[in-house]
Amino acid sequence: MKKEIIISGFGGQGGLAIGKNLAEAGMAEGLNVTWAPSYGPEMRGGTANCSVVLSDKPVGSPVFAHPTELIAMNAPSLEKFEAGVQSGGIVFVNSDVVTDRVSRPDLTAYYIPCSKIAEEVGNPKVGNMVMLGAYVAATEILKPETIEVMIREMFTGAKAKLVPLNIEAFRRGMACVE
Amino acid sequence: MAIVYQKSAGLTDKEMHYCPGCNHGIIHKLVAESLVELGLLDGAIGVCPVGCSVFAYNYFNCDMQEAAHGRAPAVATGIKRTHPTQAVFTYQGDGDLASIGAAEIVHAAMRGEKFTTIFINNAIYGMTGGQMAPTTLIGQRATTCQSGRTVEQAGMPIRVAEMLSTLDGCVYAERVCVTDIANINKAKRAIKKAFEKQMNREGFTFVEILSTCPTNWGMTPLKAVDWLKENMIPYYPLGVIKDTGAEVK
Amino acid sequence: MEKELWKGNEAIAEAAIRAGCDCFFGYPITPQSEVPEYMSAHLPKAGGVFVQSESEVAAINMVYGAAGSGKRAMTSSSSPGVSLKQEGITYLAGAEVPAVIINCMRGGPGLGTIQPSQGDYFQATRGGGNGDYRTLVLAPSNVQETVDFVQEAFDIADQYRNPVMVVCDGLIGQMMEPIEWHPVPKRKLPPKDWATSGKYGRDHTNVINSLYMAPEDCDQHNVHLDEKYAEIAKNETRWEEVDCDGAEIIITAYGTPARIALTALETLRSAGLKVGLFRPITLWPFPEKALHDLAGNPHVKAFLDVEMSSSGQMLDDVRLSVEGQKPISYLGHAGGVMPTVEEMVQSAKKALKEVK
Repeated sequence: MKKEIIISGFGGQGGLAIGKNLAEAGMAEGLNVTWAPSYGPEMRGGTANCSVVLSDKPVGSPVFAHPTELIAMNAPSLEKFEAGVQSGGIVFVNSDVVTDRVSRPDLTAYYIPCSKIAEEVGNPKVGNMVMLGAYVAATEILKPETIEVMIREMFTGAKAKLVPLNIEAFRRGMACVE
Repeated sequence: MAIVYQKSAGLTDKEMHYCPGCNHGIIHKLVAESLVELGLLDGAIGVCPVGCSVFAYNYFNCDMQEAAHGRAPAVATGIKRTHPTQAVFTYQGDGDLASIGAAEIVHAAMRGEKFTTIFINNAIYGMTGGQMAPTTLIGQRATTCQSGRTVEQAGMPIRVAEMLSTLDGCVYAERVCVTDIANINKAKRAIKKAFEKQMNREGFTFVEILSTCPTNWGMTPLKAVDWLKENMIPYYPLGVIKDTGAEVK
Repeated sequence: MEKELWKGNEAIAEAAIRAGCDCFFGYPITPQSEVPEYMSAHLPKAGGVFVQSESEVAAINMVYGAAGSGKRAMTSSSSPGVSLKQEGITYLAGAEVPAVIINCMRGGPGLGTIQPSQGDYFQATRGGGNGDYRTLVLAPSNVQETVDFVQEAFDIADQYRNPVMVVCDGLIGQMMEPIEWHPVPKRKLPPKDWATSGKYGRDHTNVINSLYMAPEDCDQHNVHLDEKYAEIAKNETRWEEVDCDGAEIIITAYGTPARIALTALETLRSAGLKVGLFRPITLWPFPEKALHDLAGNPHVKAFLDVEMSSSGQMLDDVRLSVEGQKPISYLGHAGGVMPTVEEMVQSAKKALKEVK
């Protein structure tokens, strides 16, 4: 089992955080993981992406041209990375921001209204958790419980009040693909 | 028989290599005596420059590091930050400090590094053979300005003590010379004061000492002293330039 | 032992603190700025000293001062900044001052790019400063090795009174990977009785210096250094061989390309090729004899050297070691473009086809 995931979007959309969450959860489940960000000027407002590997064997290359899954949080990301996705792969599109559709018939596409759901849940910042839920539900590679434990550990003390909100966003994301 | 004079315990027995009439010997003695009199010699760590005083590590009777050209203030920063209770000093010439090491001295002063810099300004590069320094006076001849320094070619000479005194981290800056007994005594008082303020952890302390270079100026030692008084002091005025701890007169 | 997810640069800083680093002097430059950032927040809490210097030149000279006076000192930078440190590194080597220098390499020449590269191999292994000297160069290829090597680097530096460089690239610095803080081997170290820590009744002054005016003295100093370098080469040369037994084609690579090669190896093996990886871990001393001996095996037909460098830098050492016994081809990119698994597979197939 090896998942090679590219997550890409505008800075501030939480794409890098989705990647970190996947890597953290993968590590918690005993997988070998790497998280490699693009870095540089794109950190400051442009499109930023990261590459995540989740594997039951030691990770060789942490970067790759052909992801098994693509999470496109904005339109330039879909445009840039769709062509490279492995045949039979999955593309997750943030459909509140991206109006284009996945054009390749050999890919499975999920259109997730991250921002809309995040607002319904009560905080526009949790759109990335919605997307994480969609990824976990569609790939079934990580246990939802692992993510929920992680969310509880992530927000402690004064931030503990954010836990229910994030879990709700995560579950709503899962529901999008079920 | 009564001992009326003794070489400072702050100096080694090594014979100095300085030219006749050069002021380095006097200044070494003043620094060494100051360290001894303040009880700082044993823990003192000095940093010597690249220039005529490059071998100062042979003469001071304390631990010493030889720095790359101009980098003594950075080296001293590394030493003092990790040995905060010990006396640390740099001993630097004008090419080393005011030219290639301008960034290091300015930033050490800016950070208020708690060491003392003894700056020897003789308006010329000595060791490399008499080239123009940033402190060379207008009209003064050097091997890289053979008709005399011009403003158009090289700008006006830099007054380092005044420049550093604009930085809040620099708590003490004084310019002295060692042309005669009275001035030698003043120079020693300045050096001691700088070390005292350092040990009091007040900030960066700086003593600029105008010095002769008979060899590269092409003069006898006595003529060099006159030249210093007539030419250098008018441009580089003596006295306390900054002393944040000084009483208001 | 519990695994923790760490970003390479932050792990470098934490590893140094755990190794007893007393002081850190650094200057911001992408892609290594997380090292000084982490140090500024955590080293003072551990009782150490952090100074953001005015330049890389100043940083390495602060290291010289602190390390010369007996403290464990480190600086980090990325390629253009490490160029500026070369003056200080040759003084450290000349005065035999132990210190740890991190280079999180980016593409050059000049400002180049901030993306990962291995264009500083020559600078690290040949000595970017003046004079005859060597720095021991460790080249980790993942975050775990990076934290292990950084910790060990302090001991190696102290044992030999020599600067030690740890070279990684921007990718290792920026990526996150699970690591374990397992204990690294500790060495029995000589006392720093040479340090300028204050005379305090000692019968002589200690002097940190690399100046020898008499030619004979300077020559003798170099002879002494050479003997030390020979000792380092004898004791510290490290490399890794993966599947080299019976391999027909050997990929030589270090750092990130060596890790990418592990994936290429899987692909090539499943295509029926007999392929191995020879990975130098110390770039200086280079594992010359091991590679030479490997090249002498009849089953080895060809080598493929892979680097993040335009026309190859380690390639020179591979050639010097293989000594013409087998053909060597090269695959590489500069400027932050990383050699891909697909390229390695194709190049390896091509190299093998040419000799068959």
